[in-house]
Amino acid sequence: MTLLTVTNLSKQLGGVKILENINVRVKKGEFLTILGPSGSGKSTFFQLIGGLMLPDSGSIYLGNEKINGKRGYISYMPQTPSLLPWRTVMGNVLLGQELKGKKDKQLAAEMLERAGLGAYKDAYPHELSGGMKQRAAFIRALLSPQSVICLDEPFSALDEFTRLHMQKWLLSIWEEYKKTIIFVTHNIEEALFLSDRIIVFSERPATVKAEFKLPFPRPRKENILFDEQFLAIKQKIFREISGGR
Amino acid sequence: MLARGWRPAAALFLLFLFWELAVKFFETPAWLLPSPSQIFATGISEWTKFYPHLLATVKLAAAGFFIGAGTGLLTAMLLHLLPFIKESIYPLLILSQNIPIIVLAPLLIIWFGFGMLPKIIVITLVCFFPVTIAALDGFRQATPELRQYMYMAGATKGQLFWKLEFPYSLPAVFSGLKISATYSVMGAVISEWLGAQAGIGVYMTLASSSFRTDRVFVAIFFIMILSLLFFFLIKLAERFIIHWQYREDVHQ
Repeated sequence: MTLLTVTNLSKQLGGVKILENINVRVKKGEFLTILGPSGSGKSTFFQLIGGLMLPDSGSIYLGNEKINGKRGYISYMPQTPSLLPWRTVMGNVLLGQELKGKKDKQLAAEMLERAGLGAYKDAYPHELSGGMKQRAAFIRALLSPQSVICLDEPFSALDEFTRLHMQKWLLSIWEEYKKTIIFVTHNIEEALFLSDRIIVFSERPATVKAEFKLPFPRPRKENILFDEQFLAIKQKIFREISGGR
Repeated sequence: MLARGWRPAAALFLLFLFWELAVKFFETPAWLLPSPSQIFATGISEWTKFYPHLLATVKLAAAGFFIGAGTGLLTAMLLHLLPFIKESIYPLLILSQNIPIIVLAPLLIIWFGFGMLPKIIVITLVCFFPVTIAALDGFRQATPELRQYMYMAGATKGQLFWKLEFPYSLPAVFSGLKISATYSVMGAVISEWLGAQAGIGVYMTLASSSFRTDRVFVAIFFIMILSLLFFFLIKLAERFIIHWQYREDVHQ
């Protein structure tokens, strides 16, 4: 079942074409990654489906509802954790629910426990490490009532060791709750390891350049990183990205 | 606090010592400039007479401060949430600070009599401005990332203000409050000059018209002590309310 449908989306900012005729369909429960070079308009894409800006043309549907320029339909995890410094971890993860209505403290406590943050429920963000802050931000997005979560390069600020650890953690949580995820990154390996499907954006103006369905089984194991098929697709994507230059 | 406090304390002590010796050396008459020891002695002997005045000023300054700071905060919120009002009112706010209080105060007495109202107006007028400016600045401090998150999550304008902008502005608001707190004592004394039953301002006028310079200095010192006290109370409240920021400082 298609949950999010983006049709012929175009956007100019300050006279520069950022997105051109983007078509994307996201199925319910799917983990879709948008892969593209830095500055290719991935963030603009999120701002459009998040309703922060209106597209110049094209439409965005969530289910049967047109959500062009409508806010609050997409849950979002920004590049920086963006936790409120005066709230405890618990207070922060409940924020998404609080803005749209009911708070479910029990579920939040359960998820924090599972995320390994159970002991930090009452801690303030400045007491957490970078990885822990990102976990809290992801739990907040997961707890929010919206059905689609957008992750905007969430691990780009972490070091290589923490990143792999966080990717595995993200998968383990996601495989349990099966929310629909749109993940943005410029890291090919990350995209391959995490997603069901990858969409490659070209450089400015961004168009959908290629699409890859990934055959790897779930739950994902770390050893697929050295799988022959994995490396073959990685090479293909790499050629796809560098070929356009 | 103690470890850092000894420098200013020593400087103050040296100043008083110099003052004391200079007065002794030049044999300055007490009605012109009393020595610190004379002022101290007067302070002790006058305490029972001075105390009710002090209390009246404390009450007036505290009431004025709360009303003034409240007005300041409300004004800032109004201007922030209704930008079209901000454009038209903002210049007026700045002009309000250019009215000389000394000239305005007697007019207020003519209009409103000798009661509390004109005094509160005077204190409000000097207290609200630092809070308004600081808060207006503070409301815009929230980072773009947090703003974007709140908008994406579907926050209304009210939610954005109360859950993000207002808490984020608190450090700035407290800087404004600290300035206002010290101004409020000055404002109270000035308003008492114009006529009141009791207050440091009244005591001061009486003392200076009878050339009791020592009593004037007693009043001056108590005004300073009171301002400092108000300042520290606000600082204490700040530490208590914005605990996350202080702990962050300790952390880094």
